[in-house]
Amino acid sequence: MIRLPPDKKDAVRIEGEEAYPDECCGFLLGTLEKDGLRNVVEILPVANARERKERHHRFHIDADDFMRAERQARSGELDIVGFYHSHPDHPAEPSEYDREHALPFYSYVIVAVSKGIARELTSWELLPDRSRFNQEY
Amino acid sequence: MAVTILIPTALRVFAGVQAEVTVEGDTAGRAIEAFADKFPDIRQHLFDENNALRSFVNVYIGEKNIKTVNGLDTPVRDGDALMLVPAIAGGTGAI
Repeated sequence: MIRLPPDKKDAVRIEGEEAYPDECCGFLLGTLEKDGLRNVVEILPVANARERKERHHRFHIDADDFMRAERQARSGELDIVGFYHSHPDHPAEPSEYDREHALPFYSYVIVAVSKGIARELTSWELLPDRSRFNQEY
Repeated sequence: MAVTILIPTALRVFAGVQAEVTVEGDTAGRAIEAFADKFPDIRQHLFDENNALRSFVNVYIGEKNIKTVNGLDTPVRDGDALMLVPAIAGGTGAI
């Protein structure tokens, strides 16, 4: 389960609107609580590393960006607890492409952006057997 | 020589829920092999059936991706930290 404070949700929505009509993406940095809660304390936007013509329906986080985010998290005694991305003119539901590329454990926050305006924001966790996502909220 | 493996959060469940472990090895490949020997459940997530590093797994020594150096044969020094970095992607999939 994830705890994403309202100001962090707003920040993700703004990222989604600013990237429109492309997909935005970034990291969720936070703490891992003993009860399994992923408590987000910081969002870290990064560039969508997909080629220009693919960014409207795909995102990719460059490995160098992951390495730097991991270093930043560890230096602040935080962990990478998930990722966020936007779905321009598409529901805030994970696609089959999302499922194929997701990893268990992490939270995947998705914000729907319709005609440039951020709408629904959801969070998902992939089951360990990779069969489907569970909606966290 | 002793090197530290920095483990991403998603893989820690396969490594005793530790954020880092120390193993022995003189190349990146031998160090990761030693890590997989120590935690057998993690091997399938790092190596394919041909024992090659999976394409979506990157390994960094400091700020260098070993793919840009000498791959798994990249030498490591005592005290080096090897960071395992998964590839992250997704999207609507809509055409």
